[in-house]
Amino acid sequence: MTAALRELYQDVVFDHARTPRNRRRPARSSHQAQGHNPLCGDKVTVHLDVADGVIRDAAFEGEGCAIATASASLMTEALKGKPVEEAERLLEGFHHMVTDPQAAAHPELGKLEVLAGVREFPVRVKCATLAWHTFHAALHGGHAPVSTEDGQ
Amino acid sequence: MSLALVGAGREAAVSPKLWRDDFPILGERVHGKPLAYLDNAATTQKPQAVIDALAGYYAHDNANVHRGVHTLSQRATDAYEAARAKVRGFINARQAEEIVFVRGATEAINLVAASFARPRLAPGDEIVLSAMEHHSNIVPWQLACAATGAVLKVVPIGDDGAFLPEAYEALLGPRTKLVAMTHLSNALGTVTPARWIVERAHAAGVPVLLDGAQAISHLAVDVGALGCDFYAFSGHKVFGPTGIGVLYGKAERLRSMVPYQGGGDMIRTVTFEESRFADIPYRFEAGTPNIAGAVGLGAALDYVSAVGMGAIAAHERELVAYATRELERIPGLRIVGTAKEKASIVSFTLEGVHPHDIGTIVDHAGVAIRAGHHCAMPVMQRFGIPGTARASFALYNTLDEVDALVAGVDEARRMFR
Repeated sequence: MTAALRELYQDVVFDHARTPRNRRRPARSSHQAQGHNPLCGDKVTVHLDVADGVIRDAAFEGEGCAIATASASLMTEALKGKPVEEAERLLEGFHHMVTDPQAAAHPELGKLEVLAGVREFPVRVKCATLAWHTFHAALHGGHAPVSTEDGQ
Repeated sequence: MSLALVGAGREAAVSPKLWRDDFPILGERVHGKPLAYLDNAATTQKPQAVIDALAGYYAHDNANVHRGVHTLSQRATDAYEAARAKVRGFINARQAEEIVFVRGATEAINLVAASFARPRLAPGDEIVLSAMEHHSNIVPWQLACAATGAVLKVVPIGDDGAFLPEAYEALLGPRTKLVAMTHLSNALGTVTPARWIVERAHAAGVPVLLDGAQAISHLAVDVGALGCDFYAFSGHKVFGPTGIGVLYGKAERLRSMVPYQGGGDMIRTVTFEESRFADIPYRFEAGTPNIAGAVGLGAALDYVSAVGMGAIAAHERELVAYATRELERIPGLRIVGTAKEKASIVSFTLEGVHPHDIGTIVDHAGVAIRAGHHCAMPVMQRFGIPGTARASFALYNTLDEVDALVAGVDEARRMFR
């Protein structure tokens, strides 16, 4: 196995891919959106329960590759309990981390940093960002499912 | 002559070794490993003869076609029309005018949908296709249906991905206006009984388009014997350049069709009141065509003819059989598409490992495969899977490359265990 592969498929990634956290349809949700990566057919639905500017609960449904599943799992863990503004900064930081090859360390991302290795795999970046795009769509409404091929 | 390839317990009937030397890209290394290019269903690599033909055309003959009185224009026209004649011979069409140069199989099918089907379709009319079509043999017909009120009738496939003849016959009815069918499924490798499909349709008075995008580099295609009304294929899947493809149409069909696009080279006379259209095939070739692409395609077909489709098919049969046998030894691996009649493609899933992850991991072993839905989402829905990993072979692939694939897939399995 090459170093880049090991960097991509870390133990934490495997753990979250095998046993995803928060993969469920929550009883209460104030926001939700569907995301779709037409290149591979992966689909994800993100549910949020937001009250008083704080994300009380975050969950997802869907099946995907190890990177997409682990990313959705890690994302929902990170979002829970975060004020919306902070969560949006997390989204920006995550996007920067997986797309900018020069990106410095992102200590504020905490556990999410295990996905930094994806930036060595440009074709897999969309796997890692699908859940985050969908999270953004859920927060900001819009009824059409988001696609990794829209814009950017 | 039978050259054995090195390897335990296996002998290759045909050695691809000599052919490999014709393809310079096969010397590339990927992640420090020799490239094993097993994504030929997406696009094939180009022999030096094709690369030279492209360069030679631009270095010596480049001009616009069918226009100038000068020498280069004549040379370019001759080269372009010589390529058309080569295509005619390669697929055994009766006349060169039955060969329309287009961008690829997609454009060929869109052309037939727009210029042949649409003017003939009425609400409730039916187009019959199969459940294993590529999106490019589905969406053009959906667009035609949306514009006319016609509907699609889909022939189901078996659990092994086989074409179901009875289901096909049952769908041919009084409202059927066209059959549009793959000759070789890009997702499953299934070969359809194209000649019989055409016979049955013609018995019901229905014209047939065959999507030959995959078949063209794996099966001997004889449109005379097939009897089809239209045959579509892309140059880049038969060792030619991208951006050039062919629509074969029976002359009487093509003559009955309205133009596809308007522009130069497709007209006889133009006034602001009226334009009169050129004869076939030029009626369908508006604008300056991909001349170099046609020349390159001609060189590619010469190359395939020199190797011989029989030798290619025999070699690929062996690769498919070997890959199937070796892959099936991997625990949790399932081959998707096991029809008796199949060629050149091995699609598979691996329990607990998404095709994308397989693709990334084997890429690091130098092995290029496709992972996903292969532009055939209905096939994936049919089998209840998001996608497959797909190895697709060409004449230059070796048993060693299959071994590299199998080792890579097994590594993916062990990583995810």
